[in-house]
Amino acid sequence: MSWDVLSISLLATALGLGLGWVARRFRVDADPVVEQINQILPQTQCGQCGFPGCRPYAEAIAAGTAEINQCPPGGTAGIQALADLLGKEVLELNPENGQEQPKAVAVIDEAICIGCTLCIQACPVDAILGAAKQMHTVIESECTGCDLCLPPCPVDCIEMVVRPPAMSDWMPTMPNRRPTSVLTNSLPTASAGAP
Amino acid sequence: MRLPAREQAELAGQRLHHFHGGLKLRHHKKISCQKPIQRSKLPPRLYVPLLQHLGAQAEALVVQGQTILKGQAIARYKLPYPGFVHAPTSGTVTAVARHAISHPSGQEGMAVIIKPDGRDEWCELHPIQNWQEAAPALLRQRISECGIVGLGGAVFPTAAKVEDALSQDIHTLILNGAECEPYISCDEMLMREQAPRVVEGALVLQRATGARQVIIAIEDQMGEVWDKLHAAISSSGQDDIRLVKVTTIYPEGGEKQLIQVLTGLEVPEGKRPSHLGLLCQNVATAAASAAAVIEGKPLIERIVTVTGNGVNQPANLLALLGTPISNLIEQCGGYSNNAARLLLGGPMMGYALESDANPVIKAANCILVLSHSDIATEHEELPCIRCGECARVCPSLLLPQQLQWDIRNGLIDDAAGHGLAACIECGCCDFVCPSHIPLTQWFRFGKAEWRTLIEEKKISEIAKQRFEARELRLANIKQDRVQRLEAKKQSLQDNQNKQQKIAAAMQRVKKKSDQQANTENADDQGESS
Repeated sequence: MSWDVLSISLLATALGLGLGWVARRFRVDADPVVEQINQILPQTQCGQCGFPGCRPYAEAIAAGTAEINQCPPGGTAGIQALADLLGKEVLELNPENGQEQPKAVAVIDEAICIGCTLCIQACPVDAILGAAKQMHTVIESECTGCDLCLPPCPVDCIEMVVRPPAMSDWMPTMPNRRPTSVLTNSLPTASAGAP
Repeated sequence: MRLPAREQAELAGQRLHHFHGGLKLRHHKKISCQKPIQRSKLPPRLYVPLLQHLGAQAEALVVQGQTILKGQAIARYKLPYPGFVHAPTSGTVTAVARHAISHPSGQEGMAVIIKPDGRDEWCELHPIQNWQEAAPALLRQRISECGIVGLGGAVFPTAAKVEDALSQDIHTLILNGAECEPYISCDEMLMREQAPRVVEGALVLQRATGARQVIIAIEDQMGEVWDKLHAAISSSGQDDIRLVKVTTIYPEGGEKQLIQVLTGLEVPEGKRPSHLGLLCQNVATAAASAAAVIEGKPLIERIVTVTGNGVNQPANLLALLGTPISNLIEQCGGYSNNAARLLLGGPMMGYALESDANPVIKAANCILVLSHSDIATEHEELPCIRCGECARVCPSLLLPQQLQWDIRNGLIDDAAGHGLAACIECGCCDFVCPSHIPLTQWFRFGKAEWRTLIEEKKISEIAKQRFEARELRLANIKQDRVQRLEAKKQSLQDNQNKQQKIAAAMQRVKKKSDQQANTENADDQGESS
């Protein structure tokens, strides 16, 4: 009788210690869902969602305090991907947060710029180069097109420009979509609730 | 027993193998092989496109009105594939302007427009004397400077391909003379008429890559090419060049397919042939490399097959880059009465051109004019019936039906997971599809979408890193400020404490001196009393 109790308690202790060690050794620091959501978000860091950057928004979605339809740069595709990840329903983009727009880059009119550094401080990805009383310029390849540099500019010398596609950006077009099934045309529309 | 992959690859060509699928197509090659290669007539204007291959458009190095010499660099490519475009003849630049540039999109692009002066005067050339002993790096540099690109159709810069392959030890150089697409015969004619040049090219590229053996692969239906090359190899006195005949099955001329036939090995997905210690180059590329190294001549002309039932006298022409296609057609007796469609490239992989004002580019191996009877009646696309014919003929062992299903439904990730990137766009699946689904077109579209997705991922990853770096920097600055404030407060506090201490000490001193004064007074009083 005592042997049974002893062996079982020994086993339980050993397993408990093992589990405890594993839990410490392989502890996941951050919430992996936040990381996954953050991967889907476009990293524009524009703040249109109402959060100061993509990661805070990802954290809010994970915590359930924000909807998945607040990211205009991500657009419909982004909402679809978030819905797939989180098993939620696909929503329309919330018009309060803005509209889906083609990606633009900020261009500083260097003749007008007075070198006040306000836009440099506003840029969330450090894509503006310059110093006090020196002309500023945007590093085009790093600009996410977030519009955040526009409001602080005292002389309105920044403009958002949609870059025209170069020849080398040309992509083959989608073949003409024809009905995938000729049968569907002749079938009566399935009524709601039909099996 | 199976040998390790690299060792098996070294036995390339000793036994022939098979690749999956493929099609036996009618060749239609004889019609353009009746006459020897002729030089194309000098047109009144040459239109040399700045966009000749992968990467961004080249930057023009000449301006309007400038006099240029034949072989002079007129445009430069930037990274990642540095290279040049050269003047095909001497003359004057009349403009650098928009013109038709033989692009699959049909869009216009920038071109250098040259008015030839008819003197055909070369600029100073820099041949490498004694190239057999020159440093391989020098040969590669010359190949890059001379703007040599893969002339089989993919126009990937040759020097870049060689440099990339050199990250591995290259034991075998394969010269691809298996020109499997119907109608195209420019490589066959080149090997027939300039066999010694092809062999020289093999030796130049062998020296540039350090390969220990060279295999020249040709097709079994190429007739006299075998004898010509054989003679050229024996007279070169090299015994490490081997000639191999492969059976003609489309798309055997594809790099990965040819390697599979020669070695029995598949190049793993996402890897290059250099993974197996192999490097594959087209025979025309080799000949152009030889001209670049031995004579210093840049790539300014190429052999173009002008053929099809829509042309009166099909032939192979040696055409300067920038020659309008209409000039070549004219030299071949003009269009026949039933000409219907103009293609750049072969019937399987080529693309339609809207007009014959488009110029010859480095990629133009064939100008094909199809007649009305060649073009199958436009069939209505029907639903996929999952017959599996496409999977049976796919040389990359893909499931085209599944891929088109994924792409059609916007599931580009799934398509990529099903190996979309391995599609070589050979068009075999299109050819056999009983429902006339434009499969290859779907795959081209899907690949472009996939590339865009990857590109966007990369850009957003950079933005994320920069954002995080900025957050960290701001946090550090904030912490610094707090610490400094703290330190200041502390030092102020310390100062106050010190002053208090001094004050206390002063007080003590004062107290003591007062006490002393009192006692002295008392003593005085005591003495006086």
